[in-house]
Amino acid sequence: MTADEPTYLDGNAAAGAMREVFAVDITAATGQCAGCGDRGAFAEARLYVDAPGMVARCRRCDDVMVRVVSTPDSTYLDFRGLTYLRIRTPTT
Amino acid sequence: MGSVSPGFTGRRRGGKDLPPGQYLTHDFPVLSAGPTPHILPEHWEFTVTTETGGVSRWDWAAFMALPSEDITKDLHCVTRWSKLGTDWRGVSLDTLLADVETGADYAMAHSYGGYTTNLPLEDLVDGQAWVAYEYDGEPLHPEHGGPARLLVPHLYLWKSAKWVRGLVLSDTEDLGFWETAGYHEYGDPWKEQRYAGD
Amino acid sequence: MERTAIRRRLTWQTGTVTEVREETSTARTIALDVPDWPGHLAGQHLDVRLTAPDGYRASRSYSIASAWTGAGIELTVEQVPDGEVSPYLVDVLKVGDPLEIRGPVGGWFVWKPEQPGPVQLIGGGSGVVPLMAMLRAHSAAASTAPARLLYSVRRPASVIYVSDLKDVAMSEEVAITFAYTREAPPGESREPKRIDAELLKSVAFQPGDEPTTYVCGPTPFVETVADLLVAAGHDPARVRTERFGPTGGPR
Repeated sequence: MTADEPTYLDGNAAAGAMREVFAVDITAATGQCAGCGDRGAFAEARLYVDAPGMVARCRRCDDVMVRVVSTPDSTYLDFRGLTYLRIRTPTT
Repeated sequence: MGSVSPGFTGRRRGGKDLPPGQYLTHDFPVLSAGPTPHILPEHWEFTVTTETGGVSRWDWAAFMALPSEDITKDLHCVTRWSKLGTDWRGVSLDTLLADVETGADYAMAHSYGGYTTNLPLEDLVDGQAWVAYEYDGEPLHPEHGGPARLLVPHLYLWKSAKWVRGLVLSDTEDLGFWETAGYHEYGDPWKEQRYAGD
Repeated sequence: MERTAIRRRLTWQTGTVTEVREETSTARTIALDVPDWPGHLAGQHLDVRLTAPDGYRASRSYSIASAWTGAGIELTVEQVPDGEVSPYLVDVLKVGDPLEIRGPVGGWFVWKPEQPGPVQLIGGGSGVVPLMAMLRAHSAAASTAPARLLYSVRRPASVIYVSDLKDVAMSEEVAITFAYTREAPPGESREPKRIDAELLKSVAFQPGDEPTTYVCGPTPFVETVADLLVAAGHDPARVRTERFGPTGGPR
């Protein structure tokens, strides 16, 4: 791989780690970047996984939206970079 | 839970030169938590800000005019790879901090791109830490932190901030990018201080 | 009475390998029987976890290759050079072995038969795997939605699902185009090269067709194709992407 090839994945790739913690799929939820206000599916974020934890960055401004660190006994979640996350709930 | 996968051993782990839980690698894995900053030397600067707000500043020319040294050290990444006997060239933090007046106990390293990591100031002096600008005889490549990165090889590699742009000294210990998300505030690989509380 | 579906966190479960099939010299399909599998949508993936005798673990994500028909699931794994998990899955794992998995996951890069409009699939290398699941779901549902697959692959011998692709291409609704990047078969008029704007214009659905486009492959491939699609006037909101890295997924 040459140095300038992008290395990120899509937010989709965080689905497994998120479903270990949440009862719903977070990757299809819509979020707003606290940095630039861009709205999109979490799956559309740029996900960096070759790191000590997962870092999801805004596809538009590259700000950190979410960090996930899995330790042997805990999961640390940092959602500070999101203004909100909209999760559709079934209407029954 | 926890069934063993028949025939799976994983990467070979352990060895007399390796801290616990590490495996030996001969390549140089690139870890990144964001896009790689491309900082031209002419736009680069390094600053040290003391607890009283005093700022020392070096541009690339002033930095390159400082005495530098060859460094050969082992690297230990918290993602479990270790690489032994890596060759660097850089400026000792002892040199950069020589004329800085401070009574601070802690430092926060700041990088281009926004990364931060915290270290005790005593781990940055006495020949333990450098700002490195060459790796294996070549200018340090951006994917490995060029034009210059912190090198603090006695701690896990996340402490050796890539694309370093400065240190902020403080009387109190604040936590950096990974340290606020579950990683150990100190990170000694020989004590296997990976996560907070280890 | 509680009428909402029970939703809960996913945990690891153990499946059993029922069949392995060579797809190419470096890729293999693994069929699993998973007792509590809840079913899945085409395009979803799962995580595989391996455990060594000393407790050391490694996990990776893989796309599910099969459409859900009520019995078993299939993965297709391409061996990554110097990989840690894929060489085990391709060379070591055998019929009857247990395999720990967690899934299905991902609700974005999915195709549902009831979804309106044509579907454009663009895969690079083993990026064809979730797209194959979509074509299989399309076939299983007897969908009348027009579907096209553009499959970028190095050479004929690297093609995964050779016979399955022939089967799905029998359908009037499905069209398949190969883009060979290193070595084309005899009779192929296009010289070996990567997908470009000209090829997309001639074989893919155009923006006016209002397709939903799914692009899967290594990060640089997806980056290039997504940029070409947007430059050709496709609505970025209708282009869904799934990138994978040199390690084949998250560590």
